[in-house]
Amino acid sequence: MKIKRRTIEEKAGFALLRAAAFLIIGVILFLLFDILSKGADVLSWEFISQKPAKGMTAGGIWPAIAGTFWVSLITVVFAVPVGMAAAVYLNEYATQGRLVRIVRLAIRNLSGVPSIVYGLFGFGFFVLSLNLGLSTLSAGLTLGLLTLPWTITASEEALKTVPRSYREGALALGATPWQTIRTNVLPYAVPGMLTGAILGLARAAGETAPILFTGVAFFWPLLPAFPKVLFSQFMALPYHLFIMSTQHHEIAKVRPLAYGTAAVLIALVVLMNFMAVFIRYRFRKKFKRV
Amino acid sequence: MDNILLITRDFSFYYGPVQALKAVNLDIEKFKITALIGPSGCGKSTFLRSLNRMNDIIPGTRVEGKVMLEGMDIYAKDVDVVDLRRRVGMVFQKSNPFPKTIFDNVAYGLRIQGERNRSVLIQRVEESLKDAALWDEVKDRLDQSALDLSGGQQQRLCIARALAVRPEILLMDEPASALDPIATQKVEELLFQLKQDYTIVIVTHNMQQAARVSDYTAFFYMGELVEFGQTQQVFTDPKLKRTEEYITGRFG
Repeated sequence: MKIKRRTIEEKAGFALLRAAAFLIIGVILFLLFDILSKGADVLSWEFISQKPAKGMTAGGIWPAIAGTFWVSLITVVFAVPVGMAAAVYLNEYATQGRLVRIVRLAIRNLSGVPSIVYGLFGFGFFVLSLNLGLSTLSAGLTLGLLTLPWTITASEEALKTVPRSYREGALALGATPWQTIRTNVLPYAVPGMLTGAILGLARAAGETAPILFTGVAFFWPLLPAFPKVLFSQFMALPYHLFIMSTQHHEIAKVRPLAYGTAAVLIALVVLMNFMAVFIRYRFRKKFKRV
Repeated sequence: MDNILLITRDFSFYYGPVQALKAVNLDIEKFKITALIGPSGCGKSTFLRSLNRMNDIIPGTRVEGKVMLEGMDIYAKDVDVVDLRRRVGMVFQKSNPFPKTIFDNVAYGLRIQGERNRSVLIQRVEESLKDAALWDEVKDRLDQSALDLSGGQQQRLCIARALAVRPEILLMDEPASALDPIATQKVEELLFQLKQDYTIVIVTHNMQQAARVSDYTAFFYMGELVEFGQTQQVFTDPKLKRTEEYITGRFG
């Protein structure tokens, strides 16, 4: 009898664990199916390449795609170098003491700050204090701050995967610390750093709150060319989605467009995640031989 | 004593509060092989890594006493540690080829010194690989990854890499401990060749190896240099009982 009871417990336990794992797949599949099935009708080349028309009840979402692209580009250009540099300093140069502990604590706390707070900070600092105005630049820098904790943490992890013997070997040959890092550490850590940066960006690209106060517009059909685009307001996919699903008065007409926008946004994020996985895969393969 | 290249005087080393070396006095003779032996944790590797200041990169360490390289105190404030490491090369226990081509591995030390002349690099890489008795095995595949070499070849590549910057002293931390007997023999034969041009200090756990290859032997025990002398004398007629016990395998 006792054995039987144990078997039942075992089976029930595993069933619960399995259910939890499948729940995750279930949620993502449902989400994708729901969005794609309801947005499929509007998805077309015109939807991607054209401006909204007729009071946003028709046409495409090109300005929102372009706006998200520009803001993401600014985010990357700001967050990746700063994040890499901070990680190199923390991991390679800094004496592991109180200061480093405080910096790490700050990074961890930054990653927990709600995105709306980043939005308010970006408004106060970039838009007003630095006088950058409501612009792609203000929004991109705000999102850059949001992704910094990710970029730094991922970069540090990447640096830690580079064997100590590469550093010692180079130093023993008379390389300076910077030469060691530049020629014998960074080349092997950069793919891992980029993976982290892309994952951070994928999250940032879908954020609404931080850009809400810093430059996103309800309707801004034409972005100026570079460099003027840096100081222009813009449309963005997540905000466009928010408008279409909650703020528009002709709900029935715009609902499919909202689903179409969601599908494009998700496709973009999934694409970025695949890129990150691909880079990480190549990176691992290269290191297996060591 | 013109043929003494490096001396240590009352040299002590601390990892935080732990003293790893206690007032070591040792003279290293030019163009000879000095073997450092002793049980694990006796401080022989710490001593070796002190001679090119590789221990500097470990936080919380400090030294007392002096290490003099041809009259220069290598721990003096004005010493450029980068210059020092170019004069005092090192080969590690576990071979550590960089994930680059064979050529780029050997040329690494020269390139970081700013050598860009292709023909100089080619010539020096060839010389170094010949000195490390590896040239014949790799001359047709210099542009292949160093990671594709066998373990023994990798270690000789690391020796070639160290030789390429023309150091005066070569420090070797158990260079053959991870190799099979044949590869070990090759490395040992190489040591005899190298001592014509280089001064070698080698840490080894292998008593026969120390007896075979070295001219002088230093026996470390619990951070102290217990006995030092000509290898012949240390192995056949040790002055101290503890030395005899260790080399005959009674402990350690």
